[in-house]
This record gives sequence, C-alpha cells and structure tokens, in this order.
Amino acid sequence: MTGQIIATYAAALSLLIGSGFIMVGVIGLLKFNDPMTRLHAPTKVGTIGIGMLLLASLLHSYAIGGSSMHELLIMAFLFVTAPVSANFIAKVNIHQRSCSTPPEPPEDDTWSTLNSPEGDVEDTASQKG
Amino acid sequence: MSSATGIIDIAVMITFCALALGQTLSMVRLVLGPSYGDRILALDTMVINSLGLVVVLGIHQGVQIYFEVTLLIAMLGFVSTVALARFLLRGDIIE
Repeated sequence: MTGQIIATYAAALSLLIGSGFIMVGVIGLLKFNDPMTRLHAPTKVGTIGIGMLLLASLLHSYAIGGSSMHELLIMAFLFVTAPVSANFIAKVNIHQRSCSTPPEPPEDDTWSTLNSPEGDVEDTASQKG
Repeated sequence: MSSATGIIDIAVMITFCALALGQTLSMVRLVLGPSYGDRILALDTMVINSLGLVVVLGIHQGVQIYFEVTLLIAMLGFVSTVALARFLLRGDIIE
C-alpha cells in the first residue's frame, strides 16, 4: 500500500516535470529566430517530455493495481526515431539554404558541412586566388 | 490515498493545459514558419503533443487500452515526417 502511494506521488511529479519540458520546448520553437536553432528546442519535447509522461503512465498503472510495461516499447521507439527525423529536417534546412552559411574556418581548410567534391573546392580557391 | 488521487488529478489537469497550449503555439509556428523545414518541425511537434494528450487521457481514465493508439500515432508521425522531408529533398518519396 505504501509503495502504491509513493508510485502515485512519483507519477504526479513525473507529469509536472514532463509538462514543464513540453512548455519549454514549444516556447523555444516559437521564440528562436533561426531555422537551425529552432530545430534544437522541440527535440526536448520528443524525448524528455513524452518520456516523463510515459513514465507517469507506467507508475500510475502500477499504483492502480495492474502493472504494465507497454510504455517502455513506445519510449524506445520514440528515442530511436527522434534523432532520425531531426536529421531529416536538418537536411531539408541545408537543402533549402534556409540556414546561414558558417563563417570562414580559422585554418586554410573547409568545414565538413556539405558534401562538396574536391574539384569544386579547388575551383573556388583558384577563383579567389 | 484520497489526497494522492487528488494530487494526481491536479497534475493531470496541469499537463492537459500544457499540452493544449503547446498545440496552439506550435500551430502558430506552423502558420508563421518562413521555411518548409519549420513547418515540418511544427507538424512533428504537434504529432508528439497529440501523442502526449492520448497518454494523459489514458492516465485520467485509468485504462490501459490507449497503448495501441499511442504506438500507432508514434509510427504514423515518424513516417509522415520522413516522407515530407524526403519529398522536399528528392522531389519524390519512393524512387
């Protein structure tokens, strides 16, 4: 009985932590002013926010009697797919040139951001020189 | 025990309000968003928020049957995000 009361309080605490992270992530999605920085905030909604809600569901199902481990499956699926979709959105941003180009590297070198063949780099270097 | 259930009811209501506000704000970003990447990101966030709404509804009603709904929404959201991004990247989804 004591374990179930502790599980209920832990579920309430997990719900509050998850809703806090969801609020922070969505406000960051609205307030940031660059597409690549805007990509940073909602990943917290997908991992910590929903993870805490699923943990609260797990604890609450233990507290009301029947324990289930189904939520761990959804949590694992979300943790696997969130970086993949974020990578796809970042590739869309690079493809549409909606993110600003990085500054010049300090050494005489190129950034490893875009897949540019060596001939193009030599061409631009010779044009500059 | 009654105080514990009262606390979890209050927490569920706060989480419902946070998720509804999150849906509204990401819908604002969906309308405003200057580039297509922002719109895809806002749609992905809305799918994840609706998944959280279903999870919290399951906690509120105290039933286990929303597990399949949540898993289906998660899979559908991932596939739709990848399909949209791939359409913008390649001009085609399955080539």
